[in-house]
Amino acid sequence: MNAIITLLSGLLFGIGLAFSEMTNPAVVIGFLDLFGDWNPSLLIVMVSAISIGMLGYAIKKKQAKPLFANDWQIPTLKQIDSKLLIGSTLFGIGWGLSGYCPGPGLTSLINNPSEGVYFVLALLFGSGLHQLQTKVTFK
Amino acid sequence: METVFNPLVGGLLIGTAATIYLLSIGKVIGISGILSQFLFRDNRMMQFLFLLGLILGGSVYGVFTEQTVPFPENRSPLLLIISGLLVGYGTRLGGGCTSGHGVCGISRISPRSIVATVIFVLVAIITVSISH
Repeated sequence: MNAIITLLSGLLFGIGLAFSEMTNPAVVIGFLDLFGDWNPSLLIVMVSAISIGMLGYAIKKKQAKPLFANDWQIPTLKQIDSKLLIGSTLFGIGWGLSGYCPGPGLTSLINNPSEGVYFVLALLFGSGLHQLQTKVTFK
Repeated sequence: METVFNPLVGGLLIGTAATIYLLSIGKVIGISGILSQFLFRDNRMMQFLFLLGLILGGSVYGVFTEQTVPFPENRSPLLLIISGLLVGYGTRLGGGCTSGHGVCGISRISPRSIVATVIFVLVAIITVSISH
């Protein structure tokens, strides 16, 4: 059951990205380019997604445990540390340079492969670099 | 009309995906995290399925929706590589990206995610205004 839900969630998330054209970095840069020909799409997507997300989280609070798992695995970190600040800054620079964040970057492998191969290889490498540095172990 | 309708519906679908995943499996959707787990953990079937769905769903132009803005062409590979490195490393150091911090984190009113989102959006706006 978890496998089906996971595949469907990914599929639905991806369709949402495509439907709102967030898979196209030109649309994302259109939003980030506040002082140019501004495209509000990304803001509308965020507000709309967060509204449903908040509703989902409110339902979660009334549920003892997930439908198909034994416990919740929600991030518990509270501290606003230098890693959060520096990491988000580096991400912001990278995002602004190309208009790709991780999701739309991955879909560019099919949508715009001549860009996707370069971006995704570098994305994997960057993620791997952090893994080497920290040796995070996953449960 | 399409300029509001499409992002509105797209956002609803993204929020619904995050909610189904949360209430069923008990986790938040963070694409940078799922990607890193897919790369570096032993049991990676679930991450594979999620990413497969994401990539398939994210390339369904013509089935559910038409593309209205052309994709960028002829951009420098070097720009894409630098961007990919910064996004890959930065999202892991900062513990999340547009999905994990932006959508899911703000939905649960996490102060860390709100701070992260404000930073990466502002920095990206500055980056675009400098590079254009």
